[in-house]
Amino acid sequence: MKLTLKIWRQKGPSDKGQMVTYPIDNIDGDMSFLEMMDILNEELIVKGEDPVAFDHDCREGICGMCSLFINGEAHGPDRAVTTCQLHMRKFNDGDTIYIEPWRAKAFPVIKDLVVNRGAFDRIMASGGFVSVNTSGNTVDANAIPVSKIDADKAFEAATCIGCGACVASCVNASAMLFVSAKVSQLALLPQGQVEAKQRVLNMVQTMDEEGFGNCTNTGACAVECPKEISLDNIARMNREYFKGMISAE
Amino acid sequence: MSNFNSKIPTGPLSTKWSSYKDHIRLVNPANKRNIDVIVVGTGLAGGSASAALAELGYNVKAFCFQDSPRRAHSIAAQGGINAAKNYQGDGDSVFRLFYDTIKGGDYRAREANVYRLAEVSASIIDQCVAQGVPFAREYGGLLDNRSFGGSQVSRTFYAKGQTGQQLLLGAYSAMSRQIGKGKIQMNTRHEMLDLVIVDGKARGIIARNLVTGKLERFGAHAVVIASGGYGNVFFLSTNAMGSNVTAAWKVHKKGAYFANPCYTQIHPTCIPVSGDHQSKLTLMSESLRNDGRIWVPKNLEDSKAIREGKMKPTDIKEDDRDYYLERRYPAFGNLVPRDVASRAAKERCDAGYGVNATGEAVYLDFASAIERYGREKARTSHGEASMETILELGREVVKAKYGNLFQMYYKIVDQDPYLTPMMIYPAVHYTMGGVWVDYNLMTTITGCYATGEANFSDHGANRLGASALMQGLADGYFVLPYTIADYLADDIRTGKISTDLPEFVQAEQEVMAGIERLMNIKGTKTVDHFHKRLGKIIWDKVGMSRDEEGLKWAINEVQKLREEFYNDVRIPGTIDSFNPELDKANRVCDFLELGELMAVDALNRTESCGGHFREESQTEDGEAKRNDKDFAYVAAWEYTGKPSEAILHKEELVFEEIKLVERNYK
Repeated sequence: MKLTLKIWRQKGPSDKGQMVTYPIDNIDGDMSFLEMMDILNEELIVKGEDPVAFDHDCREGICGMCSLFINGEAHGPDRAVTTCQLHMRKFNDGDTIYIEPWRAKAFPVIKDLVVNRGAFDRIMASGGFVSVNTSGNTVDANAIPVSKIDADKAFEAATCIGCGACVASCVNASAMLFVSAKVSQLALLPQGQVEAKQRVLNMVQTMDEEGFGNCTNTGACAVECPKEISLDNIARMNREYFKGMISAE
Repeated sequence: MSNFNSKIPTGPLSTKWSSYKDHIRLVNPANKRNIDVIVVGTGLAGGSASAALAELGYNVKAFCFQDSPRRAHSIAAQGGINAAKNYQGDGDSVFRLFYDTIKGGDYRAREANVYRLAEVSASIIDQCVAQGVPFAREYGGLLDNRSFGGSQVSRTFYAKGQTGQQLLLGAYSAMSRQIGKGKIQMNTRHEMLDLVIVDGKARGIIARNLVTGKLERFGAHAVVIASGGYGNVFFLSTNAMGSNVTAAWKVHKKGAYFANPCYTQIHPTCIPVSGDHQSKLTLMSESLRNDGRIWVPKNLEDSKAIREGKMKPTDIKEDDRDYYLERRYPAFGNLVPRDVASRAAKERCDAGYGVNATGEAVYLDFASAIERYGREKARTSHGEASMETILELGREVVKAKYGNLFQMYYKIVDQDPYLTPMMIYPAVHYTMGGVWVDYNLMTTITGCYATGEANFSDHGANRLGASALMQGLADGYFVLPYTIADYLADDIRTGKISTDLPEFVQAEQEVMAGIERLMNIKGTKTVDHFHKRLGKIIWDKVGMSRDEEGLKWAINEVQKLREEFYNDVRIPGTIDSFNPELDKANRVCDFLELGELMAVDALNRTESCGGHFREESQTEDGEAKRNDKDFAYVAAWEYTGKPSEAILHKEELVFEEIKLVERNYK
């Protein structure tokens, strides 16, 4: 198929940036979206132009590196996929496709479609863990039974890949879905409960300091999330937060 | 080099590690604060090592080329992690895990290392559960297990089809805690481009900041290479696009021997190639072989009809299907080790029975599992149930076990695997070869260590499923933190390593000269163009089966391709800017050398073993034929300037506990 791409080009963080139009031809439905981008870049390089910078790595939907905002949606029109899992069969011959980076104050653009998501790492460093050292002497893994229901819910929350689609999709650029997924995972497991109160307070504080917006419950984050992380996690985090506020030392 | 000594402790196998640990030197907590360690890579091996070393008190400088340590490719591991817990009471033990791993590796791994691996495996599960890793559980609240290839027990712990993700996020959490405390200095979007050796010891690295393009110097008392495997030499593999051999290859060029590069694992169950545009291949976890049955049509005409789109797999009657693994290997059936399953698929496709348009695919069928699970479920909950209900219930059970894998298949192939069998074909997945290390995980360069997939040590000529996660975490959490102390005990009075030393200046200049050379070529072809051609040479001649003529041809072709690369590659942009094409070019340079060494190693090893199959060495019925008399050794190669002139050093493998026998899965 033949397509028209309109792609955000920005030389660096201080550049103003603009949309640039690129026609592209001979695109096959079995190609992934990023393979289409590869073809565009090969053509640009051979023509002596600057290829489009975009983040990508595993190309199987799990590393969370790819981050394209396609036709106004994080990871494009398909549901429950990352950009690398989006296939060109979802588009039609003659389509115009708009490709932009994640847009959020907390995710500054590095170049073109590549943004800096270091804020997520800093939120994790403020509390996204269980404080247990590596020793080989912790209790046996089966010493504490965990209800299958809780373990499954914790797992579902833990499948978040930290891509940032939730932030990019939110009118307020809120990171609540991301933060709540980690808070929920650890709050649901007995191993995480010892530090639960302090964890949620610290992570929320860092989230606010990093410049993410507030949550107004529009639910766009959960719709666009490639891993279908549930809004229930936000509700759970709010409960955890109030528990922490009321009873923290 | 004097460091080429395996340093295996004396004493009986079962007590080697514990008595060794009792006698090696320690570094006291106050002194650890004065010692810096560099860890390159943040996957399971690097992330766990960084976290554990920082917890102990060392100052860690960690590096990854991605934008966050959480993105390392361990994240994509699907099926599970082995551990000798014997929670199922099915006869598992440390010895059995050790034995299965040695046998699975076709008797080409070091006994002492593998035994230690099996020994610490149980602690890994304890540690991960304590970190909050949400493993799959039974209704009683205890941990669930599944089976993997090459074993007859259920010892694999899992978290749906995302076990690697959950374990890596556990290690990343542990790292995050130390980053928050300032004990780990995390350098994201950095690529190591050289090792700095001062007075014969590894004392730092030169890394390129991939955002600014600037070269940066980092000093430390020891350097750990945990940068993963080199499967991307094939261009098409299940590795991430950025996975590379550069860090490992740079230490090789600085004196670390590279061991068994020809041992690469071709995974039997991947989604087949669909066209020339393909940038990577996607694995379908081996855990699917617990329930999926692999087959091709019995009749050539049926295969042909399917390839031409005139028939569907569901049209083929049960009697007309050839479940070739169950036929050839009745004892292990669909759960034979990966190398055996891959070759069997190739054999059927080469004989004309392949099923997709390219003729390079076989079926992985869940129909009988769906029915079996459906009947079980119906019996416990519904009493009398129609076939439709049974299948519906069965699909639910299969979805709970493998849901994300089925979804992934559906998105890529656009066919529903609940209704029609999956098509699969072997693809490059893992590399057993790697940087040679001794029992302490130290390379032949003093103070330079290699862990996880980057080293060669534990899987011999073939790795069993669910053992890579085990090895990465074993090395990082439970082995390196002990063995590195024995070395660092000499450095408590050394003080900071200055990056102004002439060795750092010189290394940086050399790296810059290499980059300038690449940028100045200004040729006509892109980096990917060369990478794809390299991949094709290696896949065709150093892939699932190899012979003398092909290997000699490959060596010559890779040399020619390398020359062409240095005359005609075109890299856009500038050196001192964000330039992903330059990043790729730096990696492809190293693949172009490694590819040649792989062929050299494969040519030298005239036996067949594990993932290395030499056409010249097979039994009458086409099984791999090992030659223990001449090849029970590790081939460790010393760099001399040209890969084809590398010097071979042999580490003889001594088997005290295990008797070498023909590997039999029949």
